Amino acid sequence: MIISIASGKGGTGKTTVATNLALSLGEGARLLDCDVEEPNCHLFLHPQITASEIVTSFIPVIREESCTGCKKCAEICRFRALTVVRGKVLVFPELCHGCGGCLEVCPENAVVEGSREIGVMESGWCGPLGFVQGRLRVGEAMSPPLIRKVQANRNRAIKIIIDAPPGTSCPVVAAMKGSHFVLLVTEPTPFGLHDLGLAVEAVRVLGIPCGLVINRSDMGDDGVRQYALREKIPVLLEIPFERKIAEAYSRGIPIVEIMPEWAQRFRDLYDRIVVLAGNWGASQ
Amino acid sequence: MKIAITAKGTTLTDEIDPRFGRAPYILIVDTETMEYEALDNSVNVNAFKGAGIQAATTVADKGAQVLLTGYCGPNAFKTLEAAGMKVVNDIKGTVKETLETFIAGKTVYSSGPNAEGQW
Repeated sequence: MIISIASGKGGTGKTTVATNLALSLGEGARLLDCDVEEPNCHLFLHPQITASEIVTSFIPVIREESCTGCKKCAEICRFRALTVVRGKVLVFPELCHGCGGCLEVCPENAVVEGSREIGVMESGWCGPLGFVQGRLRVGEAMSPPLIRKVQANRNRAIKIIIDAPPGTSCPVVAAMKGSHFVLLVTEPTPFGLHDLGLAVEAVRVLGIPCGLVINRSDMGDDGVRQYALREKIPVLLEIPFERKIAEAYSRGIPIVEIMPEWAQRFRDLYDRIVVLAGNWGASQ
Repeated sequence: MKIAITAKGTTLTDEIDPRFGRAPYILIVDTETMEYEALDNSVNVNAFKGAGIQAATTVADKGAQVLLTGYCGPNAFKTLEAAGMKVVNDIKGTVKETLETFIAGKTVYSSGPNAEGQW
C-alpha cells in the first residue's frame, strides 16, 4: 500500500501527518521523504542513517570530432539545454532535465552520456520504521530525478508513506505518481482552500483516490468542509489547533509521543484509507 | 557590419527594449546601408526557459557581429561569445540614437553578463 501525503499549500502539516502516521504504523512501514528540496521528517524521527548514495542525472556531452552541427539535438530539447552557434554545440547542463532525447536523435553518435550530481539519497531506520530521504544539492533546480530515485524504495507489500513536496508542479506529480491513495492535508482558510482545489485537480489528472486531513480544524471558516462535501472528498481526520501539539512540533516532537492516544487515531486513518483505496490489492 | 538591437517596435524610431531574450522585437541593422530587418521575437517572450539562449542563437544565425541591448544574462552571453559576437549592455533611448552612438564609436563593449540568470 502506497500513500502519498500532499497539500498544495505549504505549511499545512504534511510532515506532521506523514511522520505521525508512519510512527503509528511502526513495523512493516517505511517513510519516504520526497520533499527533497527541504526534507524535514528527520527532524521528528531522528533516524539512524545506515546508507548514503550520491544521485546523478544524465547530461549530454558532445564529442566535437563527430559533430556535424546538424542541430537535431538542439531542436528536440524543449528546455533549450543545447544550442548550435556557428556550427558548434553549446550545452547548458543546469537547464537539462535528463530525458536523453539528444542522445537518441543524434545521427552521428556525437552525443554521449555524461552525469552531474543532483543530490544524495539516505536510508536507515527509526526503531522498527524504515526511513529513506532525498536531499537535493544546494543550487540544483531539478528535483524529479532524485524523487524518482527515492520512489524506487517503494514496495507494494509493505506500508509506504510518502511525504510529498508542496505545490502542484513536476516534483509533486513525481512524488504522487504510482500511489494507491493521496492524503491531502489542508487548513480551513481561504488560502488552504484555494491551493487544495489545485491539488485535487492534479490528483484527479493522475486518477488516484484522495481524502482530506484538516489541520488546525477549529480555526478559520467552513469553506474547506463545504468544498469537500461538494466534491465528495471524504474528511478522514481533523487535528485541532492545540497549544500542546504546536509546542511539541516546535521542539521536533511527534504528536504520538506526547499524546499516545493519537497513535490509534492514525492507525484508524490508515484502515479507512485501505478501504477507500479499494482494489489496490487486486492491481498488484 | 550587421548589428542586433533589442526594440519595442519594428522601426528605427522605436524605443529600444532593455531585455534581450524577451524583447518583443530584435532589429538586425546593416551599418553600411542602414537597411534593417525586424525579427518578431514573440515566441521567445513567453518562453518557459532559455529565451536568452534562443535569442542569441537567432541573432548569431542572422550574421550579426554585435548585440546592443539593456541586460544580457549569463547563458545568452556565453552563447554570443561562442558565436564570436560582441555585446554592448545598458543602452537607452531609441534604436536610431543607439545606432548613432555606436557608429560614432562612443559605446563600450561589455566584458560579461550584467543580469542574473532566470529560473
